[in-house]
Amino acid sequence: MDGYYAWMLVATALVLLMTTPALALFYGGMSRSKSVLNMMMMSYISMAIVGIVYVLWGWSMSFADGFSGDGQILPDKPFDLFGLDGVTSENYIYVLFQLTFAVITAALISGAIADRVKLSSWIVFLPLWVTLSYFPLAHMVFGGGLIGGKIGAQDYAGGTAVHINAGVAGLVLALIIGKRVGFGREPMKPHNLTLTMLGAGLLWFGWYGFNVGSIVFSADSLADPDLLQAQFFSETGRTFMNTTVATMAAILAWLLIERLLHGKATTLGAASGIVAGLVAITPACGAVDITGAIAIGAIAGAVCAWAVGLKYKIGLDDSLDVVGVHLVGGIVGTLLIGLFSVSEGAAGVDGLFHGGGWGSLGDQAAGAGIAILWSGVATAVIGFAIKYTIGWRITAEEEVDGIDFAEHGETAYDLATSGSFGGGGSILGSKEGTL
Amino acid sequence: MKLVTAVIKPHKWEDVRAALETVGVTGMTVSEVSGYGRQKGHTEVYRGAEYDIALVPKVRLEIVVDDGDVDAITDAIVKASHTGQIGDGKVWVAPIDSVVRVRTGDRDEAAI
Repeated sequence: MDGYYAWMLVATALVLLMTTPALALFYGGMSRSKSVLNMMMMSYISMAIVGIVYVLWGWSMSFADGFSGDGQILPDKPFDLFGLDGVTSENYIYVLFQLTFAVITAALISGAIADRVKLSSWIVFLPLWVTLSYFPLAHMVFGGGLIGGKIGAQDYAGGTAVHINAGVAGLVLALIIGKRVGFGREPMKPHNLTLTMLGAGLLWFGWYGFNVGSIVFSADSLADPDLLQAQFFSETGRTFMNTTVATMAAILAWLLIERLLHGKATTLGAASGIVAGLVAITPACGAVDITGAIAIGAIAGAVCAWAVGLKYKIGLDDSLDVVGVHLVGGIVGTLLIGLFSVSEGAAGVDGLFHGGGWGSLGDQAAGAGIAILWSGVATAVIGFAIKYTIGWRITAEEEVDGIDFAEHGETAYDLATSGSFGGGGSILGSKEGTL
Repeated sequence: MKLVTAVIKPHKWEDVRAALETVGVTGMTVSEVSGYGRQKGHTEVYRGAEYDIALVPKVRLEIVVDDGDVDAITDAIVKASHTGQIGDGKVWVAPIDSVVRVRTGDRDEAAI
C-alpha cells in the first residue's frame, strides 16, 4: 500500500530525529556546562556506530527468521543476512526503521553515566551491547521470539526491548562505573533547561514515528487489500491518539506530584513528564483505549516523579535518571497493559479491567522479567570486561575540570572571551598569524 | 574623596539609579556580582533533588564622590534599595588617595 510505504519513510526519519538532536538536547541541557558536548556526542556516536553495526549484523540477528514467530531467543541462523545479504532495496526502509530503534536504545543509556566515561570506552561498549543485549531482545519481542511469539506478551513499540533494556543497562553501568566526583556533596544541577525543554518537545514529535510506525499487519490483512487498509487506518488512529493523551496526562501527573512534594511545578518536571508518559505508552499504544492511555500516562508520570528521587537514598549516580524514567516507566507501561488492554486493540486481548482475567498481566510480567534479566546479565558482562581491560573513566582531575575539554579539546560556551577586549588570549599557530 | 560601594538586590537597581540622579550623581560603575550574607543563598529543586545554591545574584555599584556628598548619596541608596527583607545588601564608604580623569589629566576633586 502506497500510503503505508510513504508513512514508513517519514516515520523512520522521525525516529532518527529522536536521537539526533532530540535526545542529545534533552540530555545535554540536564548535564553541566563543562560536560554538555560529551553528553551530546554520546548520542551522535551511537547513531554512527550502532547504525553501521545494524546494517552488518543487527537486522540479521533480529529478523533472519522474518516475523514468523519462532519463539526463540535468536533466529535459527542469526548471521544468515549478514550485510543485508539477500535483502532487496525495496525492503531497506523496514531495516532502517528498526535501525533507528537500536540507535536510540543504546543512546538512552548514556544519561546514566554522564560526565565521566572515556569516549573510547563508549565506542567499544556500543557494538558489544547491541549485539549481546539489544539484537536478541529485538528478536524476542519484535521478531516473534520468546517474549512476543512464545509467551505472547504485548509490546507494541518497545517497552521491553527498548526502555526496560536501556533502563537496566543504565542501572548496571552506573553501578559498575561508579559515582561522579562530588556526587551527593556538591550541586550538579542542569545547566540549560531550555535545551531540555526543546529536546523533550522534539522527542515527543519524533515519538509518533516510533509508536505509529510500529504497526505490524496481520496475516488476514496481508491477504486482503481492503482489510489491510482498514487495519492501517484504525490502528494508526489508535496509536497516535494514545501516544498523545498519555503524554499529556503524564505531564500533569508529574507536575502535581512535584507541587505536592516540593512546592513548585517545574519545567524540568514537565519535560520529564513528557518522556515518562511516552515511555509508558510505547508498549501499550496499540493495546488500550483512550481511558486506558490517560490512566497509564498519569500513573507513569506520578510513579516516575517519585522514583527519580530514590537514587539519592541508595547512593546511585544514575546521572540523568535513565532508571527512574525509562526502567520504571517501561515496567509501568508493560505491566499496565495487563490491566487496561482491550480486545479491539492490536493483539485482541482483554486485560483484567475488561474481563480478561489475570492471564494477560502474567504474560506482561513474564515479558518484563525476561527483558530485565537478559539486559542485566549481558550489560554486566560487557561492563566488567571493559572495566578490567581498557577502563571506563577519565581521571578525577579531568572530570572536575570538565570532560568536554579532556575528551574533545572543546568547551561548549565561550562567554568570557566574547567581549571587545578578547579575554587576553592569543591565536597560536593559525594561518592568520598573530593579531 | 570617598569611594561609595553598594551591593543591592538586582530588581532595585533602577530605583537606586533614579534616586541617585535626584541627588546629583552623574556617573557610576555597575557590575553584576554574586555572593551571600546572612541569608545563605537559596534552595532549588530539580527532579526532587534539593540543591543549596550558596551564591545569590546581586548588583554592585561604585561611585567616587566628594567628602561632603557622602551622606546624601549613602542615604539615597539605602532608602531606594530598602525592602525590609533578608538580602537587601550593604553600602560601605572607603577613603581614596587620588583620582585622575583619563581624558584631561585632571586630578583629584577636579576629576570627580
